[in-house]
Amino acid sequence: MSASVVYALAFYAATAILVIGVVRKIVQYAKTPAPLKIPTMPAPVTQGGVVMRMASEIVLFNSLFKSNKWIWIFGWMFHLSLLLAFFRHMRYVISPDSFLMPIIGFEMVQAFGKYAGFAMLIGLAGLLVRRIVVDRVRYISSPSDYLMLLLILGIAATGMMMSFVSHVDIVMLKEFMLGLLVFNIQPLPTDTVLLVHLSLVIVLMVIFPISKLLHAPGVFFSPTRNQVDNSRTKRHLAPWAAELEADRKAGE
Amino acid sequence: MADFEIPELNEYTVIPKLKEGTMAHSSPFIAKAKFQEPLGFPGELVDNWEEAVLTKMDDLRSRYRGFQVFLDSCVKCGACTDKCHYYLGTKDPKNMPVARQDLLRKVYRRYRTFAGKFFGALGIPGFVGAADLNKEVLDDWYSYFHQCSQCRRCSVFCPYGIDTAEISMAARDIMDTIGMGQKYCNEIIGKAQTIGNNLGLPQPALVDTLEGLEEEVEEDTGVAVKFPIDQKGADILLITPSADFFAEPHVDGLIGYAKVFHEAGVSWTMSSHASEAANFGMFIGSYDNMRKLSLRIRKAALDLGVKRIVFGECGHAWRVAYSFLNTLAGPFDFLDQNYPIPQHICEFTYDLIQKGGLKLDKSENDHMTLTFHDSCNVARASNMGNKPGGQIDIPRAVIKAVCNNYVDMPADTIGEATFCCGGGGGLLTDDLMEVRVKGAQPRMEAYKSVVDNHGVTNLAAICAICKAQFTKVLPYYNFGMTDIVSVHQLVGDAIILTGSEDDVDNDASNNSNEQ
Repeated sequence: MSASVVYALAFYAATAILVIGVVRKIVQYAKTPAPLKIPTMPAPVTQGGVVMRMASEIVLFNSLFKSNKWIWIFGWMFHLSLLLAFFRHMRYVISPDSFLMPIIGFEMVQAFGKYAGFAMLIGLAGLLVRRIVVDRVRYISSPSDYLMLLLILGIAATGMMMSFVSHVDIVMLKEFMLGLLVFNIQPLPTDTVLLVHLSLVIVLMVIFPISKLLHAPGVFFSPTRNQVDNSRTKRHLAPWAAELEADRKAGE
Repeated sequence: MADFEIPELNEYTVIPKLKEGTMAHSSPFIAKAKFQEPLGFPGELVDNWEEAVLTKMDDLRSRYRGFQVFLDSCVKCGACTDKCHYYLGTKDPKNMPVARQDLLRKVYRRYRTFAGKFFGALGIPGFVGAADLNKEVLDDWYSYFHQCSQCRRCSVFCPYGIDTAEISMAARDIMDTIGMGQKYCNEIIGKAQTIGNNLGLPQPALVDTLEGLEEEVEEDTGVAVKFPIDQKGADILLITPSADFFAEPHVDGLIGYAKVFHEAGVSWTMSSHASEAANFGMFIGSYDNMRKLSLRIRKAALDLGVKRIVFGECGHAWRVAYSFLNTLAGPFDFLDQNYPIPQHICEFTYDLIQKGGLKLDKSENDHMTLTFHDSCNVARASNMGNKPGGQIDIPRAVIKAVCNNYVDMPADTIGEATFCCGGGGGLLTDDLMEVRVKGAQPRMEAYKSVVDNHGVTNLAAICAICKAQFTKVLPYYNFGMTDIVSVHQLVGDAIILTGSEDDVDNDASNNSNEQ
């Protein structure tokens, strides 16, 4: 079997695991009731306020900023560059005549995405150094915590190699990716650095739904952040808690 | 004074280097069968406890979204590691919030996640932060989930809002379910559910105490301030922690509430059926027990035919009242909807002051320079008024209205970042004295800074547990045990009761000024 077929099949499997795994978790979170009002106070008293609170957590990592400026700067740098790199990568999977192409192809998006790699490396390296050097963080770290940082560092480093050191045939890669979308396997360039890059991405996709990377969907479902402070004016009752009330009506 | 080392107080918070196992010996008394069984828990450790632990954990994961999300989402970033007062005071790494959560999370990961099962089968569960469940792990749970006061300080600083209080409540619920309950909490819940209050004071004792207080206040002021109990048809039902009936400085707070109600001219009553604001059902994470205790308040309100419910000074009670009471015992459609249900005594007093309904002589409190200790459950788990942050501003506004000398402690130790007194969450028992004293260190440090730099003499609080805890631990740090005062003690002392001697003097002098 050629490398193209192996990688194509691996991508399909990894995508299935990622999508099914994450969707299952999201369904679990969404279905599980939050029986009590437990927002960390002071909390917004309106739904609009909660949207603002969530936005400041997800975009700016507000609570982390309050906690520790070092973790915040490294963590935020890493996540922001990840987002920029993601946008840059869109052009490898979007057909040239898609309406998105002019946006993705925009010089700024491409340039930011390219140089974000450096910020990503710095952010990840900072987090890794803290994990090793700060005794409290070292105490709570398992081997998987270090390996996850190394995995993403590997993805970033190989990606930057291709941007700045040894270019791969990007047109051929794009043919391969676009082919994947329509189940038509095209040849994949066989540069080692590209194959390593893609392998690491596949590993990342597979471990996503079975690891702490679930913090990404998790944060949206955190009751301490997404609940409105209105317990006195609006009765909040989970379905299983409502069932308990049968006895009360009788007793009253 | 103690058979353990009292932590030093520094000029500012120092994050200690970790020292493993310093508090591994700390463990509260286990509840005997007679305290377990009335709450619906087995009397002793059940035979198949490993299985029972996992069954209960699954049950909680399916009923509490927060629990499930918090188990999955922690990335071990370390943001919370220096935020817990018990870690700062004991240096024990298992008192870092994430490490405390991990005691439970590692079992979840081992038996309920693919990664944990896979690496567990290979014999290296620790590779992915998982671990086998055994007696050693269970003992760690019992020890360290009783070194958490569920104060939520860590949750303020967590990028995902992971709340160790939720994990510690779940862990205690699991332990109760397998027969490993804590004596202090479970004995108290039993008393509150049968007698009506945590101290087990029966109705005649309450009546007697309250009559004594009426005499004392009348002797003091010449005004007949009433302390009514079980009075049908009163407008307001006051629910207050039972410590208010006799403990110092709690009782001075109760006198303050009575004076405020007296001046407001409202009719009010307490209830012997619900003679307790505290709800230790929350501490043990038991929805059922918390609900049973809350329903006593509903019943008292219905039986007495009141129109409003007001809560006295108690931190976790106010959390249960503000955040959970409507859920647990609502809807309160039979009460007057023009007032908050329930209302905090500080909200009541604040409104009255705003309306000019109290005559106050601030100079009565001039012998003190005060600071305010934000109780964790008030600051981070409830609110007052109708704006975010009212729970932080309103008690201060009340204090400033009745005192001339007020100074806040350093900003990173108050408000939402307040340090727990060290005795909350079901730890206010003598068998946990060491962790209580050490856990108070960050608060004592902040207090010392305003004592040294601003001449502060007293610390005011609106929580029965904080008051009892400070009375005990202040002396360990060379402060006076009477440094701690009730907010409504300050209010009560400043109030000039209508018709009292001071009032008459005051009017006379006002009149002479006018002439």
